Amino acid sequence: MSVFLLFVTLIVFLTCFYYVGKKRSLLMVNGDIRKLHSLPVHYGWAAGVNSFIPGFLVLSVWALFEGTILDHLLILNLGEKAAGLAPFELSNLLNNVKSFFVSDSPDETLRQYAQYYASTSERLAWSFFLAAIAASSLSGFFTLKKMKPDVNSRNNIENIIKFILMSFSIIAIVTTIGIVFSLLFESIRFFDQVSITEFVFGTKWSPQTAIRIDQVGSSGAFGAVPLFMGTMLITAIAMIIAGPIGLLSAVYMAEFSDKKVRKIAKPLLEILAGIPTVVYGFIAALVVAPFIRNTGELIGLEIASESALAAGIVMGVMIIPLISSLSDDVISVVPQSLREGSLGLGATQTETILKVILPSALPGIVGALLLATSRAIGETMIVVMAAGMAANLTVNPLEAVTTVTVQIVALLTGDQEFASAKTLSAFALGLALFVTTLALNAVALIIVRKYREQYD
Amino acid sequence: MTDIPENDVPLARVDWNSPEQSARLKKRYRTEKIFKSLAVLSLATAIAALMVVMVSIFTTGISGFTETRIELDVTLDANVVGDIANMSRPELETHIASINVNNILVRSLQAKFPDVTKRADVFALLRLFSVGAQSDIRKVILDDPTLVGQTVPISLLAGSDVDMLMKGNISREVEQADRKITDQQLAWVDQFNEEGKVEQGINWTFFTSGDSREPELAGIWSATVGSFLTLLVTFLISFPVGVGSAIYLEEFAPKNRFTDLIEININNLAAVPSIIFGLLGLAIFINFIELPRSAPLVGGLTLALMTLPTIIITARAAIKAVPPSIKEAAIGLGASHMQTVFHHVLPLSMPGILTGSIIGMAQALGETAPLLMIGMVAFIVDTPGGILEASTALPVQVYLWADSPERGFLEKTSAAIMVLLAFLIIMNGLAIWLRQKFEKKW
Repeated sequence: MSVFLLFVTLIVFLTCFYYVGKKRSLLMVNGDIRKLHSLPVHYGWAAGVNSFIPGFLVLSVWALFEGTILDHLLILNLGEKAAGLAPFELSNLLNNVKSFFVSDSPDETLRQYAQYYASTSERLAWSFFLAAIAASSLSGFFTLKKMKPDVNSRNNIENIIKFILMSFSIIAIVTTIGIVFSLLFESIRFFDQVSITEFVFGTKWSPQTAIRIDQVGSSGAFGAVPLFMGTMLITAIAMIIAGPIGLLSAVYMAEFSDKKVRKIAKPLLEILAGIPTVVYGFIAALVVAPFIRNTGELIGLEIASESALAAGIVMGVMIIPLISSLSDDVISVVPQSLREGSLGLGATQTETILKVILPSALPGIVGALLLATSRAIGETMIVVMAAGMAANLTVNPLEAVTTVTVQIVALLTGDQEFASAKTLSAFALGLALFVTTLALNAVALIIVRKYREQYD
Repeated sequence: MTDIPENDVPLARVDWNSPEQSARLKKRYRTEKIFKSLAVLSLATAIAALMVVMVSIFTTGISGFTETRIELDVTLDANVVGDIANMSRPELETHIASINVNNILVRSLQAKFPDVTKRADVFALLRLFSVGAQSDIRKVILDDPTLVGQTVPISLLAGSDVDMLMKGNISREVEQADRKITDQQLAWVDQFNEEGKVEQGINWTFFTSGDSREPELAGIWSATVGSFLTLLVTFLISFPVGVGSAIYLEEFAPKNRFTDLIEININNLAAVPSIIFGLLGLAIFINFIELPRSAPLVGGLTLALMTLPTIIITARAAIKAVPPSIKEAAIGLGASHMQTVFHHVLPLSMPGILTGSIIGMAQALGETAPLLMIGMVAFIVDTPGGILEASTALPVQVYLWADSPERGFLEKTSAAIMVLLAFLIIMNGLAIWLRQKFEKKW
């Protein structure tokens, strides 16, 4: 909380220095603004920002390293007591000392350390607070002092803004690095416990590991093949449904329909795209799965109530708008001259579409289908709500299968022990998912981009 | 000159009227018809699917907005309520919270049905009413303490089973063993019904309360507040950062490998499955930085990273659409590049940027999977008061209720979905309105 307080203080400083700087710049030239190199606002900003940055740096150091510094001081103070301890015992001791309950603990020395900790952390907070304010005001005053009519304030401040804008755009890269590292780190920890070949080629998935050593029947098996198969099965069903329907809808809207139909149909498809996936999951479980099971009973088929078919069909409906809008884009990029040429030679509209337009739009359509596939592979809520939990290795769409995303959710919701193979396996699954979707996206984007350049 | 070489045989003239040719033409036209109807059929299927979704949500959800109440003559026994004549309002509130309202309810029920004496039967009778009926009685006492000692008709909230019966979701034809309401309870309800004491009204509780184990008391308010706080964090982070990076990439970035890398990165991030962002949030924000689990702050941060690519891509398109003539005019008048961007390009592209941001926010509002990862699936009754308190979000509430086995939660799920869709429609409508009202064609 005091970090927040310091931040507010720094903002107040910034505002003050801004106004003082603005005023001072005008005073320097006795109000004759033409003698200033930059606008008064720029001088104001320069003073404000220059006061803010050093303070903010101190604040960041505090926010990031407060815990580390305190731990270090505490260990120094604990001295001999900490010397012979294993790492986890040490962290246990530290946690004990830091906890508030310790102040009424019977252990005299522990109480002392707790007091030491409390007073040190308070002192540390104060010193950081003062340091930040000192740095901020010093830098601010220094800027005010150095202010002259010919100081190039505008360029300085603009360079700072440019730097801030650049660091914003780097956040996207940092996010990717964050994803890769967090997945990779936890996965490596997982592969320490379970061999990578078992994970990739094993056919048995039952992630319940034993809590006690003598426990029976929960050895834990981490063969992910059933999950990969389940994901592929459901994705395949979804693509079989969404591919033709999405593509043909796009063809109809782009080539056959008059403007009126298009004007109504396009927003409707956009609504379909905007429905949250949790709603699709609910529909799959509430409407589609019972419908399929009942139909199966009528014709004498036994269908699981969480069949892959139900989840696949609903997922297909979900990605129809994606495919149709992407294909609509690529079809409308095909030059009109190709259409006219084909029609002029006497081809029917269908022949034009099948033999001229679709082949020339093919790369874009393939890209759209790949993007849709990657979307289906990564889709979570529909399968969590409508697909099964048991890892069956089957290609029968009428049986229940589970998917990678279902297992990630199942492993990470509810109580969890962070270092166990069970929890870590979710990150290994996440890594597999990330790599697959990334590869599909990359290929799709390359294809689409290459194709666009052809006619542009 | 006019000699025709012998080997150059003139093309055979095709007789278009021959039977083979007209058959071929027929076939081509048939293909045309088939293909066209297939295309129409596809579009119709897609739209039909939308209709199925909407209709099934609407038909199951509309009854979630109503509740059943049973009017009962309740004797507010002065012995049970105690002496409340001289109490101040706060004292009265604490006192009323402590009185045994159940006792009052049981006695009033026994007065109405004198022949019900067995303990089990009394319980069955009591189960016609919701736990919330007790607070109905408390409220009546609180509103008018002078009523104590009298017998007043109070409209009491019915239990979920009676509610379902009145809405026709529990069939009377089913065997008693398969039904959640016994024949005896049915008879009681019918008696109330014949006396005209059963009524249906708008379920305000649904809009004002948090989650509950009882379907008739469950509401979406705390989930809505949780969603709002999460979206607030998402917007405060992703909007400035997204617009800032769009400005940089579109206006200032030099064309080199590094900016190329950033671009490819953003396009790829836009297609990363949302659950991966959830894993990122779990690993970085919760396990590494140790922010509190289930908090809107963490949810907002995670969703901000997820919506960032959408905002950057749309903002870049909007900035690109501002004609260069405006920039050149500003620069020609002596403005710096930065001034040009912030004084002219940004305000002119704002409608487009806002449209994209609202659409990104709407996506974030409907997102569930990342929130499951960071633990926003808790059972939350209280309304979260800040971004560090445990909370849940609307789509997660939908997910939680959809998992509940009680029939009463089914209509609540659909009703919550209707509210969620209403929010999404409002947001998208706002985006479309902004686009049409402010966007200029240059």
